[in-house]
Amino acid sequence: MTTLLDVRNVSKRFAMGGILSRQYTDAVIDVSFALESEKPEIFTIIGESGSGKTTLARMILGLEEPSDGDITFEGTGAADRKNRKVRLQFMRRVQPVFQNPFEAFNPLKQVDRYLDATARTLLGLKGKAEIEKSMDDALQKVGLSYREIKGRYAHELSGGQLQRVAIARALIPNPALLIADEPVSMVDASLRMSIVNLLKDLRDNFGVSVIYITHDLATAYYISDRLIIMQKGYVVEMGPARTVLDAPQHPYSQLLKASVLSVDDAGQGNLKPADRAMAEAAWAKSGEGKLTPRDDGRMVRVG
Amino acid sequence: MAQSNDILTVKGLKAYYQMAYFGIEREVRAVDDVTLSIRKNEVYGIAGESSSGKTSLIKVLAAAIRPPLKVVDGSLTYRFGDIEIDPYKAKKEDVDAIRWKHLSYIMQGSMSVLNPVRRIKRSFEDFAFRPMGVPKKEFWERTEAHLRRLNLSPDILRAYPHELSGGMRQRVTIALATVCQPEFIIADEPTTALDVVVQKDVLAMIRDVQQQMGSSVVFVTHDMSVHANMADRIGIVYAGRLVEEGPTRTLFTAPKHPYTSHLVGSLPRIGDTSPKAALEGRPPNLADPPAGCRFHPRCPLAIDKCKTDVPPLVAVGESHRSACWRSDDVKPLATFGQPAEALS
Repeated sequence: MTTLLDVRNVSKRFAMGGILSRQYTDAVIDVSFALESEKPEIFTIIGESGSGKTTLARMILGLEEPSDGDITFEGTGAADRKNRKVRLQFMRRVQPVFQNPFEAFNPLKQVDRYLDATARTLLGLKGKAEIEKSMDDALQKVGLSYREIKGRYAHELSGGQLQRVAIARALIPNPALLIADEPVSMVDASLRMSIVNLLKDLRDNFGVSVIYITHDLATAYYISDRLIIMQKGYVVEMGPARTVLDAPQHPYSQLLKASVLSVDDAGQGNLKPADRAMAEAAWAKSGEGKLTPRDDGRMVRVG
Repeated sequence: MAQSNDILTVKGLKAYYQMAYFGIEREVRAVDDVTLSIRKNEVYGIAGESSSGKTSLIKVLAAAIRPPLKVVDGSLTYRFGDIEIDPYKAKKEDVDAIRWKHLSYIMQGSMSVLNPVRRIKRSFEDFAFRPMGVPKKEFWERTEAHLRRLNLSPDILRAYPHELSGGMRQRVTIALATVCQPEFIIADEPTTALDVVVQKDVLAMIRDVQQQMGSSVVFVTHDMSVHANMADRIGIVYAGRLVEEGPTRTLFTAPKHPYTSHLVGSLPRIGDTSPKAALEGRPPNLADPPAGCRFHPRCPLAIDKCKTDVPPLVAVGESHRSACWRSDDVKPLATFGQPAEALS
């Protein structure tokens, strides 16, 4: 087994304020996990806003440097990427997809220009025909074609289509890993499942691993293989997605699951605020203890 | 149709965005022939995707529209006790008199409602002092009593908005909208941008306030799981038209419109890994909607008639209406657990 991505004891601390009134925020604290190259999987990071999930993703993408710990991708670390050649190679293998497709694309540019630029810089293609072919191949993977997209502006496409174009752009250099930060939260309800199914399809048919960042437990349950649950920068529970979500063990994971609005008793008026005792237990214990392995393959932070 | 316990009756309401730039006239039919009524003491959910006209619809209901959106046809009647008023035909003073006291509005972004440079107290004063119409001392007493009833500490009145968390600010906006004990509350996406744990608390609070005061609440969101837990009845809006309306449980278990069936059937749930199909196509552009039934280009059940004739919204069951030519052929795509009382 070769390791695709190895995140080892990574922490990130942000400093705010001047020299005299400096305050520190720990966004990510001691996170470790690894993805294998042979087995493509959807690895989900769940957490509320401020739990550090986006910071972790930015560090994997190399947009942020960890304050502590190492992230290596196919054997290269952040220090190796100072070399332009190595950095370009890294960018070919790891690609991001962002939350809001309407913000990711400049409204005054045709969307195919982004695809074109990616094909030129990352694949080094020059001829018009080969660029178009690589664009069309990527668009076919997401259920679109170059003919549909050519010359279109962002406002002419629906949110779902635009998010597919964003994913197609990321697929042009044939990456091994996609990092998708809340890819469906800005997409309409009727189109949301098409994006989620697409991620699944990429894993199953094209062997692309996906790091799927979300706060939605239901879609995480639907597509992911493994997941980690983060609270205030700490990983509180990690393991196989279904095992963890069927019976969460950490108080915070239990609180998250209890907060998901159930549709099974629709219209019964059974809505109750989250159990205070449960919530307080979850907040009080944040960050205490160590990640301890359990028999069913998960790790839980226990004090 | 107009029963005595209806607080709001809407008949054939049409509201269009009418624009004329450089001599080119454009008309966007954001609310197209909507007929509905809302009873006393009920929570009515309006569901639809972005640009389906749901926000335009509630802006029209709240009488808070500005050009280019105009009401072009139909009537809208509120009945508050002895007062009967159509905000689009009444005098401006009369409409101002019902606002906040009888009809209030919980807005989407709590940050843009509360003035960031003034204490929360001042926002309460600005919004609610005049409509309540009582001396200052009594006004503060009532406000503090109201906050206590909602389990908020009266100390927050002295805070600035930035000192509160997002969930807390949203709770303050709800308290602000309900302080005059209005009979009719309109809520526009009250919980988007809130975390799941906080969302549940805020929703429970709205439900609780509604039950304590016996008000009617109309709220809009695209999140069907919120509707499942909040609404007594749901209206589904697609491309400016109401396509289905019925009691929440009925819409989830026996939808009679293919769009509704898809919306509730494709909801991912914990414990359910069956593949969920996605709906093809995209929501139509309201400036140039398809002829006939507006859903037909995406509808798996479409027949030739759907392309030319607009299906009327007709009764298909008890207080259940659907606008589909083939409503008898619509099958639910998912089954939902037993209602709680059936299990016990």
